[in-house]
Amino acid sequence: MSSVVVNNIIKTYGKKKEVTALHGVSFDVKQGELFGIIGPDGAGKTSLFRILTTLLLADEGTATVDGFDVVKDFKAIRKRVGYMPGRFSLYQDLTVQENLEFFATVFNTTIEENYDLVKEIYSQIEPFKDRRAGKLSGGMKQKLALSCALIHRPSVLFLDEPTTGVDAVSRKEFWEMLKRLKEQGITILVSTPYMDEAGMCDRVALMQSGKILSIDTPQGIVSTFGKKLLAAKSDNMLQLLNDLKLCTQVEDAYPFGEYHHAVMKNDGEAELKQFLQKKGYTFELKETAPNIEDCFMQLMKLKPSGEEHK
Amino acid sequence: MEKTFNIEAQTPPLGDRGGKVITADKLTKKFGDFTAVDHISFEVNRGEIFGFLGANGAGKTTAMRMLSGLSMPTSGKATVAGFDVYKENEKIKRNIGYMSQKFSLYEDLTIRENIQFYAGIYGKSSKFIKDKTEVVLQQLHLQSEADKLVKSLPLGWKQKLAFSVAIFHEPKLVFLDEPTGGVDPVTRREFWQLIYQAAASGITVFVTTHYMDEAEYCSRVSIMVDGRIDALDTPSGLKRTFNASSMDEVFLKLARKAVRTE
Repeated sequence: MSSVVVNNIIKTYGKKKEVTALHGVSFDVKQGELFGIIGPDGAGKTSLFRILTTLLLADEGTATVDGFDVVKDFKAIRKRVGYMPGRFSLYQDLTVQENLEFFATVFNTTIEENYDLVKEIYSQIEPFKDRRAGKLSGGMKQKLALSCALIHRPSVLFLDEPTTGVDAVSRKEFWEMLKRLKEQGITILVSTPYMDEAGMCDRVALMQSGKILSIDTPQGIVSTFGKKLLAAKSDNMLQLLNDLKLCTQVEDAYPFGEYHHAVMKNDGEAELKQFLQKKGYTFELKETAPNIEDCFMQLMKLKPSGEEHK
Repeated sequence: MEKTFNIEAQTPPLGDRGGKVITADKLTKKFGDFTAVDHISFEVNRGEIFGFLGANGAGKTTAMRMLSGLSMPTSGKATVAGFDVYKENEKIKRNIGYMSQKFSLYEDLTIRENIQFYAGIYGKSSKFIKDKTEVVLQQLHLQSEADKLVKSLPLGWKQKLAFSVAIFHEPKLVFLDEPTGGVDPVTRREFWQLIYQAAASGITVFVTTHYMDEAEYCSRVSIMVDGRIDALDTPSGLKRTFNASSMDEVFLKLARKAVRTE
């Protein structure tokens, strides 16, 4: 059963509708799924979340959450979704406990009633329950915001870029927390600009400039790469990158951490090796498996938006 | 893209301490009982791309504020671009560039106006500004957009423009605070190409990032844990020392030791 159904949603901004944030987006999310929306700033992630949480009206298209229409049944939806916006939006002048109590009361429940659901997260900030929310560190604010979004036991949880600007260690911890929440049967939609977080989701939608480039499981997306990918390294990485781009067997080459990645037109590994050997420096060349970021770049180049890359 | 400017920066700047653009010796900053930066000592060489890593709350921002002349240290010594952080902090500000993900350009000014505004603040002559504006616009392929408002540009272009503006006055050193946050993977790589070009022209780059693949692009990387610099080496040196296959693994090994949580 689908928990969220999005059907050809279009959203524009401006008096003359000059900015199109969403160009007819469609997808659905199954109940209990951990669904990632992955894309850079300006992809349309926040517009999409605000439409689904009934805070913004789409120009065209329809969407349902838990079977309820986002326009007609907005009151029903608001009762059953949790939403953590990208920007910290709790009451800075209320304490940790007061914030949580406030959200519980608004939804006609109590902290005690749903404590089991937030316990793992909230217990980490409970020692500071009398501290004002504005005085918390970034990581603690994030945990409080998540507790507040969960305290009414929502059936669908929307998390808009919860890990942006968060260091690698805290990001890993946050995803572990989400995996355990998923076990409670909550459907989770989470957006992120970090490609490496895709692997933590059941399925992901890759988004760019208001369009979905691809929707699949992380393994499914990687399996559609369809090209041989080589990783190359040498003492002079800048020279190597230029040489890779010059080789006729190479379709695309770009830095990828310690190595450069070379997307091959056909097989061409032997030819590339020969080509580099003639340049007279030592190098390492090996086949490697593409990851989500390789796929994202391939899709971006296949479907240029006309905006981001002129 | 061609490297077409920054010839001035090729000659060693006056007051350069033996090729060291930053020297820090037991640099410390306390806020009451809390030691945000705890006796850090390191040097950054001219033309280097220096990665400054650490978990949230490790003390990176406080350290960068001291090094850019915005915050007085509690104790220790440091020079930046040859100037003392206690006595010559105004000179430091004139000789560095700064760019962050959050603060960069004025959205309601055009591209050309932004360049003129920032270059004017740094006291550059009208002729210098006029000539170099054309070079920068050409380098970024933005000639036809020069008189459009910055807010009409896609984010990736804004970030590349912001970087070019931050080094427009040809500083000895540029601080980049998470310059590529939220930027798409293709533009992120184009941005790093600009960083390489700047470094090749003699501008030292001091950069923070949460993308561990970008740590690999740095000449050397330092990792802060609880206010201290717990590791400093080339990326390959760090991986060897910590017996790790990636910088991600090095970072996790070090940052997990942290006692304080921001």
